[in-house]
Amino acid sequence: MASEAPRPEDTKRVITEAYPSKAARKRAKQIVVNAPPDTEGFRPQILSNTRTTPGVITQRGCSYAGCKGVILGPVRDILTITHGPVGCGFYSWLTRRNQTRPPSEDAPNYMPYALMTDMQENDIVFGGEKKLRKAIREAYEIFRPKAIAIAATCPVGLIGDDIHAVARDMKEELGINVFAFSCEGYKGVSQSAGHHIANNGIFQHVVGTQDEPPEGRFRINLLGEYNIGGDAFEIERILERCGITLVSTFSGNASYDQFARAHMADLNAVMCHRSINYMAEMTEEKYGIPWIKVNFIGAEATAKSLRKIAQYFGVPELIDGVERVIAEEMPAVRAVIDEIRPRTGGKTAMLFVGGSRAHHYQELFREIGMRTVAAGYEFGHRDDYEGRKVLPFIKVDADSRNIEELDVEPDPEQYRPRKTADELEALRAQGLDFGEYEGLMADMEVGSLVIDDITHHETERLIELYRPDVFCAGIKEKYVIQKHGIPMKQLHNYDYHGPYAGFRGAIRFYREIDRMVNTRIWRHVTPPWAEKPQPEVLRQAS
Amino acid sequence: MLLRHTHKEIRDRSALTTNPAKTCQPVGALYAALGVHRCLPHSHGSQGCCAYHRSMLTRHTKEPVMAATSSFTEGASVFGGMANLTQAIENIFALYDPDVVAVHTTCLSEVIGDDIPQIVKSATDAGKIPEGKTVIHANTPSFVGSHITGFANMTKALVEYFAEPGTVPADRINVIPGFVEPADMAELKHLAAEMGVESLLFPDTSGVLDAPMTGRHEFYPEGGVRVEDLRTVGGSRATLALGAWASAPAAEALEKKAQVPFEVLDTPIGLLATDRFVDALRRVGKVEVTASVTRERGRLVDLLADMSQYFYGKKVALVGDPDPLIPLTEFCLTLDMKPVHVVTGTPGKRFEERVRGLLGEAGVEGNVAQASDMFHFHQLIKNEPVDLIIGNTYCKYIARDEGIPLVRHGFPVLDRVGHQFFPTVGYRGAMRLAEKILDAFLDRIDREPDEAAFELVL
Ligand code: SF4
Ligand code: SF4
Repeated sequence: MASEAPRPEDTKRVITEAYPSKAARKRAKQIVVNAPPDTEGFRPQILSNTRTTPGVITQRGCSYAGCKGVILGPVRDILTITHGPVGCGFYSWLTRRNQTRPPSEDAPNYMPYALMTDMQENDIVFGGEKKLRKAIREAYEIFRPKAIAIAATCPVGLIGDDIHAVARDMKEELGINVFAFSCEGYKGVSQSAGHHIANNGIFQHVVGTQDEPPEGRFRINLLGEYNIGGDAFEIERILERCGITLVSTFSGNASYDQFARAHMADLNAVMCHRSINYMAEMTEEKYGIPWIKVNFIGAEATAKSLRKIAQYFGVPELIDGVERVIAEEMPAVRAVIDEIRPRTGGKTAMLFVGGSRAHHYQELFREIGMRTVAAGYEFGHRDDYEGRKVLPFIKVDADSRNIEELDVEPDPEQYRPRKTADELEALRAQGLDFGEYEGLMADMEVGSLVIDDITHHETERLIELYRPDVFCAGIKEKYVIQKHGIPMKQLHNYDYHGPYAGFRGAIRFYREIDRMVNTRIWRHVTPPWAEKPQPEVLRQAS
Repeated sequence: MLLRHTHKEIRDRSALTTNPAKTCQPVGALYAALGVHRCLPHSHGSQGCCAYHRSMLTRHTKEPVMAATSSFTEGASVFGGMANLTQAIENIFALYDPDVVAVHTTCLSEVIGDDIPQIVKSATDAGKIPEGKTVIHANTPSFVGSHITGFANMTKALVEYFAEPGTVPADRINVIPGFVEPADMAELKHLAAEMGVESLLFPDTSGVLDAPMTGRHEFYPEGGVRVEDLRTVGGSRATLALGAWASAPAAEALEKKAQVPFEVLDTPIGLLATDRFVDALRRVGKVEVTASVTRERGRLVDLLADMSQYFYGKKVALVGDPDPLIPLTEFCLTLDMKPVHVVTGTPGKRFEERVRGLLGEAGVEGNVAQASDMFHFHQLIKNEPVDLIIGNTYCKYIARDEGIPLVRHGFPVLDRVGHQFFPTVGYRGAMRLAEKILDAFLDRIDREPDEAAFELVL
């Protein structure tokens, strides 16, 4: 890091001044210097979930990527057919590093397959429904899945194919569950719209359709965990050790039956708030399952989350079990922290990624003594930054209005409040927050920079001004950062590494960051002669 | 089994593509545009396409891949993308100061029917394009062709926008390299230079997508064909278009516009296709083949002859893009291997004819398919197993399931490095390809269980 870090206000000015005035005004509202909360507990307001300015190079993807890639991607036994031209389906094929473990050699696993209608000019001109129907039949013949999902791409929405009607017909014809997602890339302003569309669809078409309760006394769902690089496997290991039954994960290492039985859980634990908070809300409304925010990124965070879950169930056996597991797992974690901290302490990081990761990973850096000087989300909304208390104040604009909001009511048969109002109140009094999320700003230092939908231009200026010791973002940013001689960690996809969740994941992450900030090659970016331009005189033989 | 649902029995499919062996036009157009110095590619559509294309090219090249997007939301899909593109142009020149903005369309803007030249014209009239800067465009609807078509369309756009009819006939030869790696483009320039032929390569991603690490990110690296050079391609003596799919359309356009004669050749992969390229340089460039090039050739032949026992009779399955697949098939035949399955995702009947012709001459029976996919390719392998697969990274699933060695070649290669830096065209490229194939076979022999047969020497 540069010896004198620039003042954040100056940074903000420097990075916005290159924009034409209209773009500059908008960007200024998306770049905030973090400040303490005001007397009512509100943080500085940030403009977010707003359109990306055309022409600025952005990190963002689209709604289809959020739906097919993020939410449906890790589900191994729902056969997803992309209805559209070849590209969208091709790019979402195996590129997110979602891992899965089917229970047996012959259990279904469609994740290595990319299915699509590969629409041709004729389908665009005359409509693609016929081809879609045929494709579904052909797919059914080959795979015999229990469910088929259809994901729409931009041109499909525009030519007006009724994919939902096709889904209904095919459901009838094949006798399996078939449903569709109108997740055309132009919907909303980022991937976030696609998460919403996908969750709504899964909620409507799958959740609550199977009623056998899984065995186990302490049953939870994990929401917003996608099993990148095996994260969910580590969380599953820990939960099992604690005696907690995982009914379903949305959607890491996921299966159709788990979704179908999700309403049989007694608590929803939410990891990535952005991608799935509405699923938690809807499950509570419809089935009576409360939700809490958890975080399994970082050893301390993991311990805290486990304690919260135990507190919720309030059974001594579980509370003791959790404490025992923490006590057993933590020494190994502390040993590595002690070893590594002298090499990482005082160093700085920047995180610009996703819709919760830019928050969660700060915890891991903190544990090894590193400070996050700037962070922001690729597709966050105000509540992800400022906390859910701003929800009533968020204005719904045209780009959000076209994402369906489901009207959810208590299910006449399946609604079962898990706790009485009094019990919930008592737990709240003990400090267990339900349905709460404080947002990223609450955890960041005062004076740090919070930037929404960062642009390439801003990234480069930030790098030049701060020269952080490590930068976290996605694949599109990776090599730009590294050309500057700064190590870059992909946090969407972990660079073929991981898992980073839970206790063992934390250890793996500490070691990885230790490696990254100390890798020798960065010291050799500048050639030796660049610093001594004068030719040296060779010693003469005497 | 990773691909456990792929069965031997081949059923007719006419609507469902499974595991495609091609992708969409814009990624090819983007790649071609990066081969112009100080050019910023721009995707006209929703930002998701651009994000996907940049990600894929970044993963393939392990390099920064810059491109802007019109970031359509629903409004633009209804009212058209004019406002978005106009605003994008303004922001791009203010922030990134390119000499050229190369706009390609996406499915969405194609379906809407946005008229790019008209939008650019009104941006020009409104003074939004700085003096001396150019905005060019190519239509790249992905419901036609593949990424190769997109590469061809953008390359053709370079000719249409920049080439001027030549007044002074120069000695120079244009070379259109096709959708090959930066290292391949450098190798083509090397061969021409070695022969003493003055060549102009376009597009040329060498120097752009293999930029050095210096401690500073150069937004526009040194490489790429210069705009001032592109303006003069109409004065060249001739054009050699390498690859009928990726390069012929630009060469045809140049002939039409500036009467530059052209020859379409195969991508110079392997001994014979390189021979034809070198011979074309000789004939068209009116030079003799230099001793140094003949030496390069001789080294290749030496290696192949020495090692022929390992290649002889081996069955190979190949999948990829039509331009490289044709000479790759031919190269396998040169090595006495048997290409028994040759599959491309890109449509084109001529592909089948060419490959069948090659197989027929060599007396090899094989399956050839165009506009097909990797599911079909895998089924073919299940029905007739092979000793080697040559294809992109996605083949690794098939290779693992079937226990067949894989040599990675083509686009995309996501899980190995080297393809950016080491060519597979030309004689030196053929040596590398042969080495990789040989390594695959020899590693297999070395893993055989019989300890008595484990030996030190070749
Ligand atoms: S919408 Fe079209 S251009 Fe965009 S990724 Fe999909 S196929 Fe490619
Ligand atoms: S934080 Fe990253 S993985 Fe989560 S939804 Fe969010 S992007 Fe995706």
